[in-house]
Amino acid sequence: MNEKVQEKLKILADAAKYDVSCASSGNNRSNVNGGIGNAVACGICHSFTDDGRCISLLKILMTNHCIYDCAYCINRKSNDRPRATFTVQEIVDLTIGFYRRNYIEGLFLSSGVIKNPDYTMERLMLVTKKLRKEKRYNGYIHLKAIPGASPELIRAAGLYADRLSVNIEIPTEQQLKHLAPEKDYKGVIQPMNQIAEGIQVYKEERKKFRRTPVFTPAGQSTQLIVGASPESDRQILLLSSNFYHEQQLKRVYFSGYLPVNDYDKRLPALKAPPLVRENRLYQSDWLMRFYHYRADEILTPEQPFLDLDIDPKLAYAIRNLHLFPVDINKADYEMILRVPGIGVQSAKMIVDARRFRKLNTYHLKKIGVVLKRAQYFITANELPSALRHWEPERLRSHIIYESHTKNRKPGDTQLSLFAFTPPHQTPALQVHYKN
Amino acid sequence: MPYMIYDNSFEGFLTTVFECYAQKIVPIDICRERDFQEVLFAEKMNIPSDEQKADRVWKALRMKLHTRNNELPFLAFLSEEDGIEMKLYRFMKRVFESSYSIETDFGDRDVLDLKKIERQVMRETMRILQFVRFQKTKDGLFFSPIEPRYNVLPFTIKHFKNRFADQPWLIYDIKRDYGIYYNLKKTEEVVLTEKGFDGRNGKIKSEILEESETTYQVLWKNYFDNINIKERKNLKLQRQHMPQRFWKFLPEKAPV
Ligand code: SF4
Repeated sequence: MNEKVQEKLKILADAAKYDVSCASSGNNRSNVNGGIGNAVACGICHSFTDDGRCISLLKILMTNHCIYDCAYCINRKSNDRPRATFTVQEIVDLTIGFYRRNYIEGLFLSSGVIKNPDYTMERLMLVTKKLRKEKRYNGYIHLKAIPGASPELIRAAGLYADRLSVNIEIPTEQQLKHLAPEKDYKGVIQPMNQIAEGIQVYKEERKKFRRTPVFTPAGQSTQLIVGASPESDRQILLLSSNFYHEQQLKRVYFSGYLPVNDYDKRLPALKAPPLVRENRLYQSDWLMRFYHYRADEILTPEQPFLDLDIDPKLAYAIRNLHLFPVDINKADYEMILRVPGIGVQSAKMIVDARRFRKLNTYHLKKIGVVLKRAQYFITANELPSALRHWEPERLRSHIIYESHTKNRKPGDTQLSLFAFTPPHQTPALQVHYKN
Repeated sequence: MPYMIYDNSFEGFLTTVFECYAQKIVPIDICRERDFQEVLFAEKMNIPSDEQKADRVWKALRMKLHTRNNELPFLAFLSEEDGIEMKLYRFMKRVFESSYSIETDFGDRDVLDLKKIERQVMRETMRILQFVRFQKTKDGLFFSPIEPRYNVLPFTIKHFKNRFADQPWLIYDIKRDYGIYYNLKKTEEVVLTEKGFDGRNGKIKSEILEESETTYQVLWKNYFDNINIKERKNLKLQRQHMPQRFWKFLPEKAPV
């Protein structure tokens, strides 16, 4: 580990940072034969960057050389920037060195395309093989499948990796052609289908033969760039909901387009990445995954873009005022979950607690309900609902006004406002007084 | 209505609960020995720990609790929060005396508070898994200092033992002055009489540090700085996830 590696790491971490998927979750892999490492299903964040994002994996590119020239990508061929390539051994040593110090949960390896897709894919595969076979490493590995690589190589990689992913990047075929003429949509979708199938086959065979080799046990994910092309939020959400259902994807990540190549006139001129929009998309994604909303409930053909001033849950409630107020002491769980200001955890506690006594606002507050938001949408025993008096449009402006004056300091980003967080998972820790 | 004073241990606390029942005592307060401040003219009772009595209370309690809440009383106790004993005492009393489960009665202050405290203790345990940073010594030991808010190191042993089965390690709680040492076969509790590290930030003395160690710390810091996206700076969010009290132990946050 010398200075050369330090330099390479700088370049290849920097080049990888635009890939947002960081989760190391979705699989329990136990440490076999006293080797090193295991994977825990909920994933562990080991650090947080100055931008507040979780660092769970060593996320690097094998190389940032690339024979392609995709418009939205910082590593495109025509950009003049420092380039570097890790050897297989260097990546293995870095991963093990970091892992042993508890810096990371594992490796997330992606790459620009050198020579051709097969050559690139093979080297990625070799890294995983070496880690698993030579180093007896059982930690997490997330590998990018290179579009256009042969099915055999992808299959081989899937035997060692916990997760394989292919980035769609641009949501529609037509726009992809426009921005990345050398890539074709099929070349991206094909490996996705193959991985989905491989997982399916594994599950079937596993029922018959216990020793079937595992195939990407943590499933696959993908990433969409938001704001580099003109697709609507509705298109993006329908596409990702499709991925969840049809391809059984575990996660779809959104990445607000950072104007990295502003000289390219095919791209919109942005001053800053569309962070609020990206955040609204994630919130919508949570609504679909944890709050049981359907994509077409979040956005309609008439309103194909998400409201940037309020979160999608609140937007849904205001559009559907006829469903409210909800009686906290009677309504079913699903409906309570739809109240703005009530999260998954609070909803569960409400349903549990109301069997013992009628709950009032005092109880709700203690449980963790954000009453300032929820008050317009509930009745709780003594509380006459504040809802009746409101027209949807006025309620919307009123809530925005309230939160601006009370919470917002100048220069605050909108991201902390109206935010609701997905349920937090912790690993099953063994906490015992006595067995 | 006496003050009941126990020896700071969970066993001692359980014994106290036992005595309350056995002697039909209604306590004003249950206090740790080390925190108890004399109250004039107040009646007080010192309760010595008794394993058998404690066990009886513990078993009876677990019989009644849902498996999900089996460790709730213990976890809540670990928080060492002010007034935790009386909360637990009232909670246990209700559990024992009611014919149905009251564990999800979150309209009750004690039940709700205990649940919240339990979550906090779990979160602190989780933070050890997140923020332990091993430094490698010349003789191949991986050492990490920690300073958790609650005494939760013992609950992380299984995780670290599974994960780092092929390397000897020592995780040391600086605040409580004890650690867990793993020697490739089993783990044991140790107290270091001679400390080879800086007592403030847990940094190992350079004479006993393995040569490549600093390189790895620099590599990691390097990685940390370069994976960050400047345009998205959000220090508030960072601090929320990674409280500042941990920073001094993190090579990516503290100067090497
Ligand atoms: S193939 Fe990948 S690395 Fe290469 S230019 Fe396109 S997006 Fe960038």
